[in-house]
Amino acid sequence: MNILKIINLNKTFGQTPALSNIDLEIPKGVVFGLLGPNGAGKTTLIRIINQIIDGDSGQVLFNNEPLNPRHITHIGYLPEERGLYKKMKVWDQLVYFARLKGMSGLEAKQKVKYWLEKLDVAAWREKRIEDLSKGMAQKIQFISTVIHEPELLILDEPFSGFDPMNAEIIKNEILELKQKGITVVLSTHRMESVELLCDHIAMIHKSKKILNGSLSEVKRDFRPHVFQIKIIPNGTIFPLEWGVEMDSELVELSIALNGKSPNQLIQDLIPFGDIIGFSENLPTMEEIFIQQVKLHSNE
Amino acid sequence: MNKILLVIQREYLARVKKKSFLLATILTPLIFPAIMGLFLWIAVGEKDSFSLSIIEVVDENDLFFLESSDQYAFSFSKVNKEEGKMMVQNGERFGFLYIPKMDLDNPTGIVYYGDKNPSMNLINVLESSLKRRIEEQKLFESGIDPNVLSAVRTKVAIQSITLDNAGEEKISDATVNYGIGFLAGILIYIFIFVYGNQIMQGVIEEKSSRIIEILVSSIKPFQLMLGKIIGIGAVGLTQFLIWILLIGTISSIVIGYFGMQMPQQQAMELASPELGELMNDSGSFNNLFLVLQGINFVKIALTFIFYFVGGYLLYGAFFAAIGAAVDSPSDAQQFMLPITIPLIIAYMGLFVFVLDDPNSRVSFWLSVIPFTSPIAMMGRASYGVPFWDLTLSMGLLIFGFLSTTWVAGKIYRIGILMHGTKVNYKTLWKWLKTN
Repeated sequence: MNILKIINLNKTFGQTPALSNIDLEIPKGVVFGLLGPNGAGKTTLIRIINQIIDGDSGQVLFNNEPLNPRHITHIGYLPEERGLYKKMKVWDQLVYFARLKGMSGLEAKQKVKYWLEKLDVAAWREKRIEDLSKGMAQKIQFISTVIHEPELLILDEPFSGFDPMNAEIIKNEILELKQKGITVVLSTHRMESVELLCDHIAMIHKSKKILNGSLSEVKRDFRPHVFQIKIIPNGTIFPLEWGVEMDSELVELSIALNGKSPNQLIQDLIPFGDIIGFSENLPTMEEIFIQQVKLHSNE
Repeated sequence: MNKILLVIQREYLARVKKKSFLLATILTPLIFPAIMGLFLWIAVGEKDSFSLSIIEVVDENDLFFLESSDQYAFSFSKVNKEEGKMMVQNGERFGFLYIPKMDLDNPTGIVYYGDKNPSMNLINVLESSLKRRIEEQKLFESGIDPNVLSAVRTKVAIQSITLDNAGEEKISDATVNYGIGFLAGILIYIFIFVYGNQIMQGVIEEKSSRIIEILVSSIKPFQLMLGKIIGIGAVGLTQFLIWILLIGTISSIVIGYFGMQMPQQQAMELASPELGELMNDSGSFNNLFLVLQGINFVKIALTFIFYFVGGYLLYGAFFAAIGAAVDSPSDAQQFMLPITIPLIIAYMGLFVFVLDDPNSRVSFWLSVIPFTSPIAMMGRASYGVPFWDLTLSMGLLIFGFLSTTWVAGKIYRIGILMHGTKVNYKTLWKWLKTN
C-alpha cells in the first residue's frame, strides 16, 4: 500500500526543468529518504506534494486519490528554511498553525499542551520566539509540523540547527512516529542519518530520478563485490597480489570476487589457514551518493 | 472561509495586542488637543500679561494718524531720524516709523526701524492704516466726504440654500462643506498609506522569515492575502474609532475649560478659524447651528466608511503584491510609484478641482475612477452628490478592488516563494501571465 504515488511528474521553471518524468512510490509507514545534491529538484517535488505549487503534467496520488486541498490536513511539512512569527508567543503560534491545518480550537490546545510537555518545552509557552535559542525555536517548529497528527510527514533537513542532544531527541521522535504508522519523507544531506533512519530512498539529480528502492536493495545494487576476510594463517605463502604481510597472527584481507562466487573465493582461501571472518563490503550511502552524482553529472 | 477568519483573527490580535498600538492609539489623539490647548493657553496668557509695545512715529506730513491697540501704542513726535533710531537702539522704543515728506500720489520712503524683525501683523496694521488715511485724503481732495463714503459702504452676505428634489430647503455653507470634504479626503489618504504599508511589512516579514512556506502548505495564498488585508484593515478601523471617541471627548473638555476663560467667539476662532469666520459672516451662532443641521451627517458618515474601506481594499491588494515581490522593504521602493501616483493625483485633485467645484467635469471623473474616487468623492460627498454619480462611483470601486485583488493575488502567489531573484516590472508581468 502506497501513501503517495507519483506518476510521470514534470515541472519546468521558465526554460529550466525542475522535475522530469518523475515516477515514485512511497509505501505507507516507512521512512523515505529523498536524496540529491542542491538544486536537484527535491524542494520542487516537496512543494508539489504540499500543494504549494502545481506540476505541469503528471499525477500525484495520495492514498490513491488525486491530490486535493482536503489532503492538507493529513500532511505535515517542515521546510528547510525555518520560520516562525518572531513576535508571537509559542502557545499562540502553535495553536494558530494547528488550527490552520483544520483542527478545532479545543483540540489544537490539547495537542499543543501534549507536545510542549513531551518535548520538555512547556516552560516556554508564554515566551516570544525571538526570545528563544535557535535550538528551542527548532523544537517549536518541529511541533508545529506534527501537531495535527498527519499521516505523511515531510521533513526537509530536520536536524540542521540542532545540537547532538536535541538531534537525538528529534531522531527518536521520528522513529516513534514511524512506530505509530506515520510515513516520513526525509530530505537530507546527512547520509549517516539516512543509514540510520531510512527504509527506502530515492535520489534525484538534475531533475531526474536516478535511484530508487529500499535501502538494502540499493546498497546491494552498488556493492563493489569485495569481501572482507579474517584469516589465521597456517604458514602457506599468500599470492603476491594479495599484498599480505606474513608476520602477523591474524591477517585481514579485502579481496574482489573478480567474477567468482563467494563460495569459490572461500575455497581458494581455505589452503591458507582458518577463516574466522567473511563478510561483504557494503558501500555507505555517502559513497553511493558521491559516485552517483559524479556518474550522472556528465550526462 | 474558516481559514481566512483565522488569519484575520491572528493579524488583528497580533497588532492590537502590541504596546506600540496602544501607545499610538492613545497618544495620537492627545496630540491634537494638546497642541490646541497649548495655543489657547498661550493666547489666554498673552491677554493676561498685557505687554504694550510703544512705537515712535515721526510724520513729516502732519497728516497721518495711527490708532493704538492693546498691543501697540503709537507716540507721535518731532524727533529727527537719527534720534528715533537711537531710541530703538537704547531699547526705549519697540520700533520707529519714519514717514518722510512725500507726494500722496506716489507714497514712497516710509521706513520702519525695529530691533527685531517686525511681525507680518504689525506691518499689515501699519500699511493699512496709512493706506486708509491716504485714500481718505485723496477722496477729500476730490470733494467726496469720507463720511458719505462710509455710509455708502454696505456689507453683503449671501445665504446659500440647497433645494432637494422634494423641495426641502437646507441652509448650506460652502466653508463647512469644504471642511468636511477636506478632512474626510485626507483621512482616507493617510489611512491607505499607513495601513497599506503595514500590509506590505507583514507580507515581507512572512516572506523573509520563511513562515510563508508553512503557511501556504496549510492555506491558499489568496486566502492568506485576503485575511491579512482584512485583518489589518480591521485594526485601522478600530484605531480610528478609538481616535474619534478620544478626540471628541478630550477636545470638548479642552475647549470647554478654556472657553470659560475667554470670550466664546475668540475661543471658537482659535479652535477653528473657519467656524469663527462663519460666525462673523452670518452674525449669529444660530445660523451655524442651522448649517450643521442641514448637513446629512449619517449619509456622509456612511459614504465615508464605504470609501474608507473600499479605497483601502483597492490599494491594500497592491501593497500585498509588492511585499510579495520583494525581499526587503528597501527593494519595495521601486514598485511604490504606481500606488503613489494615483493617490497623489487624487489628493491634488481634491484640493485643486473637487473642493473648488464639486460639480465640474474633472471632479466627476476623479470621483468615479476607482483609483482616485475614495479620496475625491469625499470632497463632493459633503456638498451632496447626485444619486447616479454615487452609485456609479461605488459600483466601480467595488469592481475596482475585486480586480486589483485578483491581479495582486496572482503576483502574490508566485512572489512569496521567490527568494533572491531580482524582480522588475517585466518579471511581474510574466508572473501575471502564468497560471
